[in-house]
Amino acid sequence: MVKEIERAGIPVVHMCTVVPISVTVGANRIVPTVAIPHPLGNPKLSLEDEKKLRRKLVEKALEALETEVSGQQVFE
Amino acid sequence: MAAKSRIVWYLNQFFGQIGSEDKADIPPQKHEGGIGPAAGAKNLLKDKAEVVGTVICGDTYFGENVESAAKEVVELIASFNPDIVIAGPAFNAGRYGVACGAVAKAVSEELNIPVISGMYPENPGVDMYKNYAYMVETVNSAAGMRKALPQMINLTLKVLSGEPMGTPKEEGYMPRGLRKNVFVSERGSKRAVDMLIKKLKGEEFETEFPMPDFDRVDPNPAIKDMSNAKIAIVTSGGIVPKGNPDKIEASSASKYGKYDISGFDKLSEADHETAHGGYDPTYADAEPDRVIPVDVLRDMEKEGVIGELHRYFYTTVGNGTAVASSKAFAAEFSKELLADGVDAVILTST
Repeated sequence: MVKEIERAGIPVVHMCTVVPISVTVGANRIVPTVAIPHPLGNPKLSLEDEKKLRRKLVEKALEALETEVSGQQVFE
Repeated sequence: MAAKSRIVWYLNQFFGQIGSEDKADIPPQKHEGGIGPAAGAKNLLKDKAEVVGTVICGDTYFGENVESAAKEVVELIASFNPDIVIAGPAFNAGRYGVACGAVAKAVSEELNIPVISGMYPENPGVDMYKNYAYMVETVNSAAGMRKALPQMINLTLKVLSGEPMGTPKEEGYMPRGLRKNVFVSERGSKRAVDMLIKKLKGEEFETEFPMPDFDRVDPNPAIKDMSNAKIAIVTSGGIVPKGNPDKIEASSASKYGKYDISGFDKLSEADHETAHGGYDPTYADAEPDRVIPVDVLRDMEKEGVIGELHRYFYTTVGNGTAVASSKAFAAEFSKELLADGVDAVILTST
């Protein structure tokens, strides 16, 4: 899906846990996430801290979208 | 001596010696005994099997009526009471390949007997129907008949022998996309490390799970002004409104959903859940924002960090879902995203 969105002309950031799959599939902007069943959260944290974590990850995703890339790049 | 096994051969109008393109619209017909490639197969089959009948159909007729043609062909095949069916080889003839594949599907489903075929790997019939036949890999033209025929007959005899079928590589057929559990002497961790060491040494090694070929798309330019950008959420994590109104499948999804989140500051277990069958849903069901960050993006929208959170998110279940399906979903909804003036997409995966 990520490639078809990119192909359509829309910049896209892939937020995922299994980065090698994303790389193999061909996403260009990649932000690694927390875990497969909760990529943008961590149930061990309080809901408040969890939202802070999620905010950080989304900020990273926006940063990736604001960054010119020439090929595949993982935004750690 | 045991009775000879009975083979029925499926051919198109050309290999069935009826005519070429001008005869491609002929409906299915049957003939006693073997025609065309069956003559060359006779010596190879020896006394173990014989071609008792041939069913022929024009490629265009088949291509335009795939389902009904397959049904007609299977009825004719069944009238010979065969033990096995050989279809093709079709080389890179698209319609013929699809016909051989569709015949294989119908034969295996309705007659429950095995099918042997042969095709060029890029023939669409391979991807569409490889589950239903043992397909020999051929070159892309009929010049490969001399090589393909003995391979197909060997496979035929192997299947008829009732011995266990080996791997695609051992037996010379194209991978069918089926997984078979086997016992091996060494555990997975050791095999993986052995493979890694070989790779590091630059030695040849054989993967146990070859990745399919994937193409590449160049990245689009970056977003210049995030505070005016419209951001849309897409996910393969299966988040759907509570109750999964469109019944998106838990695996091998055949569809995607498009849902309005304009009324939500955050998602909760009262209103959303995951339809994904490939991961433990506990955490996503309890807090769907753990998969799609609606709460954070809504905050950012209010703060002016982003211009707007698009009112719809698009979702499917990325669990065993065919690459071709995912491509088709995204190609379709990307047009809507463009039409709705979406500037960038955040795609989350589980």
